[in-house]
Amino acid sequence: MTVRTAELVMAIVTILCSIGLMVKSAELNIGWIEDRGPGSGAWPFWLSLGMLLASVTTLVRWFLRATPESRSNEPYITRENAIVVGISVAAILLLLLATHFVGLYASLFLFLLFYLRFIGRHSWPVSGILTVAIPVFIFCLFEWALKIPLPKEITEPLFYPIYDLMYS
Amino acid sequence: MDTVLTLLASGLVEAMQPVNLAMIVLGCSIGLLIGAMPGLGSVNGVAILLPITFLVPPTAAIIFLAAIYYGAMYGGAISSITLGIPGASTAVATVFDGRPLAQAGKADKALTAAAVASFIGGTISVVLFTLFAPPLAEFALKFGPPEEFALMVLAFATFIGLGGDDIPKTVFSILIGLVLATVGLDIISGKPRLIFGDISGFLHGVNFLVLAIGIYGIGEMLWTLEQTQGSVTVHKVKMSFSRLLHNLQDVKHYIGTTSLGSAIGYFVGTLPAAGATPASLMSYGLAKTFSRDPDSFGKGNIAGVAAPEAGNNAASTGSMLPMITLGIPGSPTTAILLGGMIIWGLRPGPLLFSEHPDFVWGLIGSLYIANFVTLLINLAFIPIFVRVLTMPFTILAPVIFVLCIVGGYAPTQTMHDVWLMFLFGVAGYLLRKLNYPVAPAVLAIVLGPLAERSLRQSLLASQGDPLIFVERPLSAICIAIAVLLACYPLIRKFMRRRS
Repeated sequence: MTVRTAELVMAIVTILCSIGLMVKSAELNIGWIEDRGPGSGAWPFWLSLGMLLASVTTLVRWFLRATPESRSNEPYITRENAIVVGISVAAILLLLLATHFVGLYASLFLFLLFYLRFIGRHSWPVSGILTVAIPVFIFCLFEWALKIPLPKEITEPLFYPIYDLMYS
Repeated sequence: MDTVLTLLASGLVEAMQPVNLAMIVLGCSIGLLIGAMPGLGSVNGVAILLPITFLVPPTAAIIFLAAIYYGAMYGGAISSITLGIPGASTAVATVFDGRPLAQAGKADKALTAAAVASFIGGTISVVLFTLFAPPLAEFALKFGPPEEFALMVLAFATFIGLGGDDIPKTVFSILIGLVLATVGLDIISGKPRLIFGDISGFLHGVNFLVLAIGIYGIGEMLWTLEQTQGSVTVHKVKMSFSRLLHNLQDVKHYIGTTSLGSAIGYFVGTLPAAGATPASLMSYGLAKTFSRDPDSFGKGNIAGVAAPEAGNNAASTGSMLPMITLGIPGSPTTAILLGGMIIWGLRPGPLLFSEHPDFVWGLIGSLYIANFVTLLINLAFIPIFVRVLTMPFTILAPVIFVLCIVGGYAPTQTMHDVWLMFLFGVAGYLLRKLNYPVAPAVLAIVLGPLAERSLRQSLLASQGDPLIFVERPLSAICIAIAVLLACYPLIRKFMRRRS
């Protein structure tokens, strides 16, 4: 996909988003309510209309080839970049999905091991130390110091002995 | 004047409290490291680390984040000089002369000049800040909802007039930030808005940190992964005490232009869209114009390293002026600081000076100390910071990703927000590749609720008559300047065509 095509696709996506937001805002009151001022949908409605106008302008400028992006026939994302960025995005996506089942700590462990050992190609000792040290650091910072429990799901029982130590 | 000095003294005492002093040292060191890493700047550091500050009281927290901001401005020069890649956009101008100096084996000379110039810029701007902040805050006490709204319109207009990005894309970015801020329960009627098929996660709104961490954490890392695929060469830095003393003697060559650049940088920094990057470029341009030997600029002139570094440090302090006094952030980083203040239960704006003097003067006092601490850390540990640059990106990237995910979870403790943050990160990356500016959206989501409230209060007071914004003199002036700024690109185009 060239930058020019990407610019067109993005303009269409932003136009659709703006229309969607206008429709959702219009479901609320967008007029004037006596003694209470503008309805709750008014502000988001006019803002979304502004977004629509801005996006349509981008589309018109695309037809006129007025912006550097609308003239560029360079690839929007090169093959190599798509692989590098794509692997990272996919890894984070899997990390987030796994969090819903095995909790954040187990997912972080797998994510770090994969990223450091297989993408970074760091040695086993370096990967191993960081893979353990980072979740431990996060645990101490969040659960212990900030008192913010992170999701654990089915791995919760594994943490019981640590809770006993922390709160005894 | 006496009262200012008394308050400043109390602020310095507050900043010297052990916990605050520790925050300054820690913040400056982290800031220097973050600033030195290519691709990461103050805004990334502050966005990713803000959730951690819930550990300490608000004064210590803002001092910590301000110190990161400060340190990152110093640190940006390190990678500009030794790698030839700016650590952040604010250090772009430092590459022009820093790189040739490093190639000629004078990296230590350039790094010393950058540190000293940053100190000069920081000191001049913090003195200006101390002088301007109290009267401006007092003046701002006269502002009612119409003036507040007009001021926010003015802040957004600076992005259109001075931002230098594609205008329809800038407008889109501002508006989407404002719309995202409306998600959740309506502040006046209490009705749920834009919750997209009753997704309960949207009921508590879109937290500004979710957008900021998404864009400046995930999005920025993806962007940097793409940019730094090629190998980088680090120039070696030889540093010793005697060399340092020798390098410090260069100060006389750049003190004049640096001071002037600092003052200009400070005022440019106070404008929301301008900030540290244009300030450093202007300061560089100024140094070149006033130089006896302008042709040597770009080929390794020491003043060419000093000027932009003074400019960007001065601008970072400048951008805190409207944040503290008016509640309008002067840069994306201060927008995040402002959001943080709301989380800590403080209401940014002129009342802060009278209601929370400890907080405000503690922050101002900490800026004086942070400036000095950063200079010392910088000069003493330059070789260590240079070593950090050799850390493989495949270690840095996963660590940042992990910090983003836990940072996105912390404010509301729902996975919904983590998913949203991820989505914003990927969308931010894709939009940025098409030159959509992302900073206006972050500023807009922070100011959105305040803007809506002041607009609705004003309209309610005037019974729906929008003329209220032009009938009151102060708001009329703000609106007039905003209109002029928004039309400025068109006027410039027209003038160019005529000439």
